[in-house]
Amino acid sequence: MPILSKHLIRDENLIRNENLVIEGVDVSGDWSTFIKTRVVQDYNDSLQEDIAALPGGENIHRCWQCGSCTNTCTINALNPDFNPRYWIYLIRIGMEEELIRDKEIIWQCVSCNKCTSVCPRDVMPEGVMRATAHWLELKGYTPESPATIFDKVFSSQVFAKGKIEEGRLMMRFFKKTGQKLTQDWLVGLIRGLVLRLPIGLLTRMGLSALIHPRTRDWSNHRMAIAEYITEQKALHRKALGLPTTEESR
Amino acid sequence: MSNKYRKVAYYPGCALEGGASSYNRSTKEVGKKLGLELVELENWNCCGAMEVKNADPKLQTFLSARNLKIAEDMGFDTVMSPCNGCYHNLKKAEYDLAHDEASRETVKKLAHRAKTEPYQAGKVETIHALDWIRDAIGTDELRKQVRNSLKGLKVANYYGCMYTRPRHIFPEKDQGGANSDSTYRPHFMDDLLAAAGAENVEYPLKTACCGGAHTLSDSDTSTRLVLNLLTTAEACGAEVIATECPTCHQGLEMHQARAEKVFGKKTKVKMLYFTQLLGMALGLSARQVGVHENLSDSRSLLKEKGLG
Repeated sequence: MPILSKHLIRDENLIRNENLVIEGVDVSGDWSTFIKTRVVQDYNDSLQEDIAALPGGENIHRCWQCGSCTNTCTINALNPDFNPRYWIYLIRIGMEEELIRDKEIIWQCVSCNKCTSVCPRDVMPEGVMRATAHWLELKGYTPESPATIFDKVFSSQVFAKGKIEEGRLMMRFFKKTGQKLTQDWLVGLIRGLVLRLPIGLLTRMGLSALIHPRTRDWSNHRMAIAEYITEQKALHRKALGLPTTEESR
Repeated sequence: MSNKYRKVAYYPGCALEGGASSYNRSTKEVGKKLGLELVELENWNCCGAMEVKNADPKLQTFLSARNLKIAEDMGFDTVMSPCNGCYHNLKKAEYDLAHDEASRETVKKLAHRAKTEPYQAGKVETIHALDWIRDAIGTDELRKQVRNSLKGLKVANYYGCMYTRPRHIFPEKDQGGANSDSTYRPHFMDDLLAAAGAENVEYPLKTACCGGAHTLSDSDTSTRLVLNLLTTAEACGAEVIATECPTCHQGLEMHQARAEKVFGKKTKVKMLYFTQLLGMALGLSARQVGVHENLSDSRSLLKEKGLG
């Protein structure tokens, strides 16, 4: 049989023979292409449970593969390899190795919530993407993504002070991800802004650069949040069968 | 004109105290001009934006519940936020506390540890600046108060993601959201700006995503998404994109510049907060509504249109 949908099969799973004779019959050309036999034995039976144990992944079992999420996805429109429906499928049947192939892009979900809005089964795919990205990091398959680093820089400011300050946030993020502190495109914009002499704005920005904006009497909140995070981290690591004390990365 | 929302608690949030101060300024000025009173939440905290939920969604609920509790303790039953992120998070916290036992328990536990009283669902309604002006003033009254019509200004109305999604939190009118804007075809901003004289263009990407969540962590993706929003707005004939979210607004401004520098794609459509446009229509000067504080420079266009 000629294979009509070759574009759906990865190149490495196809065998092509320029000239092939089988039992005396010449099967060169289209007829000489075969799909490689593949036996999958290394299913991860607990993959769905792992994802469901992380925040956002709780409803993954509800999926019935309609594909609405992928159909409406903002990032899928830019990159067809970004395919939430397919990843949910892989997780549900436990094909860990296949899932890991896409480890470099799963974190790119922009949380536009289109998938969660259209999902007829309330799977909350946006949450599943987040849980999956965290799972990849917790298991050590990927280093922390730029998005995770940004989330951490941001959240740590909120947890410590109750408010954020954008200047510090950007500087700390650029520094942590090894980027130039003065991005060319940003410098031009800010120069233009300053030339328009927004005195009030500059004064306020200057002040908050000196004194971090903060919520008063925040220390009890800070401690409550820190305690909660420690508990949750231990719970998540336990659910994934990882040692509960996190080694420092 | 009703008495609804004439005096509400005001939650500006971190962005409006930082880079988006022109949105803060124009919101307050428009309120003053229309005789509406805003009382800022005392000692508020960050709502968690798009980031804390990734650390832990229930922490975001806790942070937002604290702000709702402050509004309640100040004697308000309504809190208004002009920022889509803050608005979304307060609404989400309200939804989670009303529907999810685990969220209620976590918020109770955290409040107890922080030695405060937890917020109970149903005490405070969260509204957006769009709801505020629409319901407190209405388009008919607004039309009467216009001093300097936006006539001839072609505007694409851009609402972004957080204002309308997901549907659980922002239901359609026929699904329990009697007073909320439509998820699929929001029009509150269109209505207000039309009343101020603007010529709204048919813009199909009203609720498309600007990539704001990854504006710095995945800049190329954000630039591509923003460029699509900008070129589509231009193709629709828009001179201005009206915004109602500081993350979207600054994302559009930054990635417009980035698209030009990094991708070599130049677009000339301008970004203005809808409160800045309304303010100028009500007779405030461009400076009073903070046009000079925006990252992008739209002064020449406004002058050309007689709005400077």
